[in-house]
Amino acid sequence: MSDALRHVEHVMGTVFSFDVRTPPTPRIRAALTNAVAWLHHVDAVFSPYRPDSQISHLRDRTLTLDKCDPDVQDILKFCAELSAETGGRFTASPGGRLDPSGAVKGWAIERASDLLFAAGAVDHCVNGGGDVQTRGEPEPGEPWRIGVADPRDRTRIAAVIEGRDIAVATSGTAERGPHILDPATGRPATALLSLTLAGRRLTRTDALATAAFAMGDEARTWLAARPDLHAYTVTAAGDVHATPAFTTHNGVPWLHL
Amino acid sequence: MRRILASTGGTVAGIALLIALKPTHTAPPARAAAPEPSGSTTSAGKTTGGTFTGKVVHTRYGPVQVKITVRNGRLAKVKVLQVPSTRGPEPEIARVAVPQLNKAAVAAGTARIDTISGATYTSEGYRESLQSALDKAGV
Repeated sequence: MSDALRHVEHVMGTVFSFDVRTPPTPRIRAALTNAVAWLHHVDAVFSPYRPDSQISHLRDRTLTLDKCDPDVQDILKFCAELSAETGGRFTASPGGRLDPSGAVKGWAIERASDLLFAAGAVDHCVNGGGDVQTRGEPEPGEPWRIGVADPRDRTRIAAVIEGRDIAVATSGTAERGPHILDPATGRPATALLSLTLAGRRLTRTDALATAAFAMGDEARTWLAARPDLHAYTVTAAGDVHATPAFTTHNGVPWLHL
Repeated sequence: MRRILASTGGTVAGIALLIALKPTHTAPPARAAAPEPSGSTTSAGKTTGGTFTGKVVHTRYGPVQVKITVRNGRLAKVKVLQVPSTRGPEPEIARVAVPQLNKAAVAAGTARIDTISGATYTSEGYRESLQSALDKAGV
């Protein structure tokens, strides 16, 4: 196996794992340091739990949008677009409080991945609290292989998604309990245990996973009209659904993108 | 800020180890441990079964060696022959990481899983998670 560069960072209340398979150069090591610093920057600007973040100040009306970091303006614009696309099931203000977190983590991970790629790390994987962006290959000729944790037993892998430049995001209640509000009802979404979405870029994939999770039982109908989205869903009743591109391999739902 | 920055020069414990296995007898090709996701477990037409003993891999936690059993082209059993001492600063590599990796790999019928997607976990939950095991295996 060639040289690999691994890094684990505790930030944004969760854990980020960097797995760089391109042999490390000084430029790649510097990009990894920058990517880690970037995540801490995003947390400082966007965390709704930090009273000094720009999001907290915006919420408390002690700051106006035009004085914010341009990234804040971009994210809120993206949230508005997602809200329109999902019939309001995605929102930057769940429960009426400004909290664009549903869009921020995936975007931060994708941007961290871009920093590595631009520095020549063409083969890598960034996993932020279970949301994943991969580029290139883990080893020559091999796709990245991502196990989807079973929400009923997190030591089990319920499905496998593999591919080269892929993004995989999972929304669920497994650890934090019901915490994703359905804007249509104002109550936590409880119909699904977890919903995993696979795409190419994590910003969009992660935000859509959050929106689809909030849709609950309606998510299947919504997904059926979007053949470019691939989803693996476990309902609260224990039923498992996978979109048509999934095959079964050794009894395990398997998607090759 | 808590940081662990490490560069590795070789294949180390856990999942990554399984694909480095060398057969101890001639019957099945090592390919059986990582079948193609084609829907057919015997797509090559030759994967049947057998027992493979991995070479000893020296990790930062100590030597690791596993033996796997492949049945009908599927990873059926993992036996850990050697794990680092459970005393010392990172005892969980033996108690938690290796068994979790084995269980997951057997369940998925594959020898290589690079990373795990799951509902957002907290820092505390991470320690017990499969991703934690994978990170430990790779570091």
